[in-house]
Amino acid sequence: MERPLTRNIHPDRPPLNLKEYEMTGGYAAVRKVCGGGMSPAALQKLVQDSNLKGRGGAGFNTGIKWSLIPMGDQAPHPKYLIANADEMEPGTFKDRVLLEGNPHQLIEGMILAAYAIQAEVAYVFLRWAYHKAADLIRKSIQEAYDAGYLGKDILGSGFHLDMHLHTGVGRYMCGEETALLNALEGKRATPRAKPPFPQISGLFGKPTIVNNVETLCCVPHIVNNGADWFKGLSYSEDGGTKLYGVSGKVKRPGAWELPMGVTMRELIEEHAGGMKNGVQLKGVLPGGASTDFLTTQHLDIKMDYKSVAAAGSRLGTGTMIVMDSETCPVGFVHNLQHFFAQESCGWCTPCREGLPWVEKILLSLEKGDGTPEDLELLNMHTQFLGPGNTFCALAPGAMEPLQSALKYFRDDFEKHIEHKKCPYD
Amino acid sequence: MPTIYIDNKPFDVKTGKNLLEACLSLGIDLPYFCWHPAMGSVGACRQCAIKVFKDEEDTRGRLVMSCMEGVKDGMRISVNDETAKAFRSQVIEWLMTNHPHDCPVCDEGGCCHLQDMTVMSGHNYRHYHFKKRTYPNQYLGPLINHEMNRCIQCYRCVRFYHDYAGGKDLNVFAAHNHVYFGREKDGVLESPFSGNLAEVCPTGVFTDKTLKEHYTRKWDLTNAPSVCQHCSLGCNTIAGERYGQLRNIVNRYNHEVNGYFLCDKGRFGYEFVNSENRITQPLIRNQPIEATEHDTVLQYMRALVTGHNLIGIGSPRASLESNYALLELVGKENFYQGVPDDLVYVEQKIVDILQSGTVHTPSLKEIEQADAVLVLGEDIWNTAPIMALAVRQSVMKTAATHTTEQLPIPTWHDAAIKELVQEDKGFLANITMLPSPLDEISSSSMKAAPDDMARLGFAIAHILNPSLPEVRNAGEELLSYAATISKALQAAKHPVIITGTSCWNNALIRAAFDIAAALDMNEKKAGLAFVMQDCNSMGLAMTRASSFDRAVAAIQRTTNVTAIILENDLYRSIPAAKADTFFNKCKHIVVLDTLHNRTTEKAHVLIPAATFAEADGTFVNNEARAQRSSQVFMPANSEIRESFKWLADIKSLVTTASNGHGKHMDDLLHALEARLPQFAGVSRVAPPHDFRIHGARIPRESHRYSGRTAMLANLTVSEPKPLQDDDSSLSYTMEGYRGLPPSPLIPFFWAPGWNSGQSVTKYQEEAGGALKGGDPGIRLFEQTTAPPVFSKDIPDAFTPRAGKWMLLPQYHIFGSGELSVYTKGIASLSAEPYVSLSRRDAEQSQLKNGDTVAVKTDGKTYTLPLSINESLPDGIILVPAGLTGMEALSWGAWVNLSTVIV
Repeated sequence: MERPLTRNIHPDRPPLNLKEYEMTGGYAAVRKVCGGGMSPAALQKLVQDSNLKGRGGAGFNTGIKWSLIPMGDQAPHPKYLIANADEMEPGTFKDRVLLEGNPHQLIEGMILAAYAIQAEVAYVFLRWAYHKAADLIRKSIQEAYDAGYLGKDILGSGFHLDMHLHTGVGRYMCGEETALLNALEGKRATPRAKPPFPQISGLFGKPTIVNNVETLCCVPHIVNNGADWFKGLSYSEDGGTKLYGVSGKVKRPGAWELPMGVTMRELIEEHAGGMKNGVQLKGVLPGGASTDFLTTQHLDIKMDYKSVAAAGSRLGTGTMIVMDSETCPVGFVHNLQHFFAQESCGWCTPCREGLPWVEKILLSLEKGDGTPEDLELLNMHTQFLGPGNTFCALAPGAMEPLQSALKYFRDDFEKHIEHKKCPYD
Repeated sequence: MPTIYIDNKPFDVKTGKNLLEACLSLGIDLPYFCWHPAMGSVGACRQCAIKVFKDEEDTRGRLVMSCMEGVKDGMRISVNDETAKAFRSQVIEWLMTNHPHDCPVCDEGGCCHLQDMTVMSGHNYRHYHFKKRTYPNQYLGPLINHEMNRCIQCYRCVRFYHDYAGGKDLNVFAAHNHVYFGREKDGVLESPFSGNLAEVCPTGVFTDKTLKEHYTRKWDLTNAPSVCQHCSLGCNTIAGERYGQLRNIVNRYNHEVNGYFLCDKGRFGYEFVNSENRITQPLIRNQPIEATEHDTVLQYMRALVTGHNLIGIGSPRASLESNYALLELVGKENFYQGVPDDLVYVEQKIVDILQSGTVHTPSLKEIEQADAVLVLGEDIWNTAPIMALAVRQSVMKTAATHTTEQLPIPTWHDAAIKELVQEDKGFLANITMLPSPLDEISSSSMKAAPDDMARLGFAIAHILNPSLPEVRNAGEELLSYAATISKALQAAKHPVIITGTSCWNNALIRAAFDIAAALDMNEKKAGLAFVMQDCNSMGLAMTRASSFDRAVAAIQRTTNVTAIILENDLYRSIPAAKADTFFNKCKHIVVLDTLHNRTTEKAHVLIPAATFAEADGTFVNNEARAQRSSQVFMPANSEIRESFKWLADIKSLVTTASNGHGKHMDDLLHALEARLPQFAGVSRVAPPHDFRIHGARIPRESHRYSGRTAMLANLTVSEPKPLQDDDSSLSYTMEGYRGLPPSPLIPFFWAPGWNSGQSVTKYQEEAGGALKGGDPGIRLFEQTTAPPVFSKDIPDAFTPRAGKWMLLPQYHIFGSGELSVYTKGIASLSAEPYVSLSRRDAEQSQLKNGDTVAVKTDGKTYTLPLSINESLPDGIILVPAGLTGMEALSWGAWVNLSTVIV
């Protein structure tokens, strides 16, 4: 089983420096592309053919996303390529593995992506708390400049690229690509209306691609090994491997690079070692805090975009949170809503005012102050905070665990009201 | 024209509009908060949700925000869809989770957009049982009150203050449901447009602090359409009165003039009407009891106007009617402008240009739509603030047009446009003596002496039309500015040149004209806008009466003079020595005015005149647009009357011929048109006094006006007969015609369900468009095809003189106004007197900031603290104009500057 993304990542060793990275075949893809081996259009096509889908959660074909960028002499400049490393989804820690484990792999992927869209400037937008990653990326960018992989006329190709590290200040909202762009411009991290999409009007109003760290890390391997090889890594129609993660009361929480489309059962039972003794699995948020609960009946679904969607949730980031039988679903969801209410940017009314209300209702349920009307109010919020009603996807994402909890664990909610206390206390 | 189906009914709508605009324009009530017709859409509040259906078969539809979707031909939408209605109601409920239930004690109550939208959405029952969020409030200065708990986070305040008006000190802070709109810390709001916050805020967060001092509900006000008195732009206002006190001024939408916004001087500068310094009774001086009354003073006047040589001194702040009544009384040849010769000279040039009709004079709306602007020599930020705001919009909109021409982004999509535009700006060259906040958005902002600015103008004209004379001895810097500016103006489709009289420099006016005319020769539609000094400077200048200096000369040749001074404190416009010379030669001095001042002290007979709020009157603005300002209230004190009525009474002492001085103001206007044909049209500015709709007048009071039968019950228990207005078709009643009045007679904006100013949409042809039936005001000059007459005379470069400085005025939005400083808040924001020199000049005279400097001019010495100005050209000394206690100086004269008094 191939693990291209994490092959050179070892928890007990520091990450590869530039020399070591090159010895493992690093920057070969940049050499190939910049050495005249591939035109930007060909690179876009290759990635499109590989069926690489965005690993940030939306699951959009990366090559197609790139193809929406204006190309040629008439295109506005500068164009920007941004690595979204603002990994703040609760339960998600897969990009951290790549950032801390092999920073040059990300930089190489970014150079390739920038080349594909002919961007002149690249940014790594990094979560504020990833201090170790910040040091590593800063150092690695410098190494790449020194080696001629960044800067003017890279490897004599005539292609220029400058790369900068930007560390955020700790807003979940910045993970949303347009809010990220505003933050990068020095403005409030509020999302932007789409259309126009960032490919047309992105950073500083110029064409911009924002890709997730894991997505970008796949690109060098696709260039080196081809689209078919990449597709062949997967158990499903989405290309490549995937960094999956499991957290919760499992025996061995962690993150693993596995073929796209392993089953949830395999992940939990084999890689995470199954549930801890004395607790049973009750529900799973398959792709982070903003995805719908799945339950034991879904254990055999494939963890790919289509299959998880068919089961009523989203693959999201592919890092699941497991809820066990001893944890109160109401308290669990309250914790999540507290997070989302706090991270709302305050731009649109439903999210700004609705989420704190939801949070307060859930807390009152937990305290035993709930009424049957509260369930109606929660239900109303799950409907009215849906996609399209709010300005961005934050509130709809927040409603996913709530609506599915109300669906699968409704009796837990009702017991809170009936017994005027949390039955798990 | 696309057809859209709203709830299955077809409607023709305008291309390029969003669905909210389309619905509102069709008269459909759809609630909204964050959208504003002048500021576009951002999609924040989610209040205007409707359903959009794919096709006729689609029954589920999709909830969309109507402000964020453009109209498309054949589109099917529903406003009344149950889900859409429920969602809109829910948005209100969300907003209400934290909004205080303090409407009874909130200044916004009764004219609150949030109240209106709440009722419109149908939300009434509260499901939220938790505590409300609270915020601390801030002190934002003397004009605006802050009550953050009422905030519904629509973001309109920052979008107006920061984005639209360029203010920096109000912003949005924090996040999630703790979003806070205010300043970084307590302090006076810096923008001179802050008062608009009270109108853009849909609820009571930002309210008018001056109104709070004498608060009255909107429905209890007696209102009338008014015209701002504080600069030459003639912004349309609504003034409200109760119990004989003027309570507030709000914006009166005029698509062509001020649009939705006023400056703070215009909005808050009304308190002089209520001042204790008002002249309330006729006075005959030098007798044991000076105060007298109407009949006695007229008796006394008979002797003064018969057998005497009359000289009338008109006023740039009095109405056309009053100036004309004086002209009629004293005779055309004896009527003088109460304006110094140097200024009259400049103003006559402007009137000549306008009358020739060679170039187009743009309205403020047209200035907003300009795609390149050259401001030549006028500090419009201080002398015509709303024009500065219009110029800012031109700069922003031009940049937006650059992007919308390239990408299919609709013009209403403010958020998307801002992202694309970033720091791009349209072309603005702001050529002034001193730095201005407009410089921040200027492509070019040369600072120079007036003659040098004029030379730059002539150099531009020469580049545009090489047959025009070349500027001799022009430096490289000047030529390079000229090249850049001429290139930008030439590339523009609608360039606008702005100049004005505040530099007292005739060459600037000629240069600006030459540029505009030269652009026109290349088939450009150039606009040339002028800024004058007072609200009726243009009207007075158009009489083509002689200057005050001529009156001084004339009085030297005459004896036995009775001078009648109309609403004009000559000591503010004429150097004191000259004014004294005049007054010393007068046998009798009669002054009509509203407030006691240095000129009224000179009066032998002092007559109390009505302010704009107590008078009907026509004012001619900077574009020669005649506009009617209607009487808001009749003063309880019957001695206070419009000057033109006093003057008509005085006239009737000496003649039995009516001369137009009939019972109604219309008669006076007809006579004016006959006598001074340049004013043809002024009688049509508003409907005549006998205009009725279905036999009814237009009521100044709302149908909810309270206390009518009780207000005077302490004086008489029987309800008095309503006051009779003989001059307009507005009535002093609650009853009357309740439909849409003709636009010049809109006393206030109200529509069923729309109690706030947002109801203006119901009065517009389309949301944000012209008022139904056309915007009020008549432009008195027609554009002609007359060939331009270019200047031959170009001034020499300004050269500082040894030991002498050219004295020039610096205007301040707060402080330079004679009347506005009666508002306490404005007085507290006024500049303190100072004198400015360039750093080089100061250092050569061994002066430093704060030193007391003696300026010698007009035979007097003025001692003022020095404020070194880093940008001021050498050889110039600037003194603030018109500050309280400062008299008029000989602007443009060379003065001595001497001793430092330590």
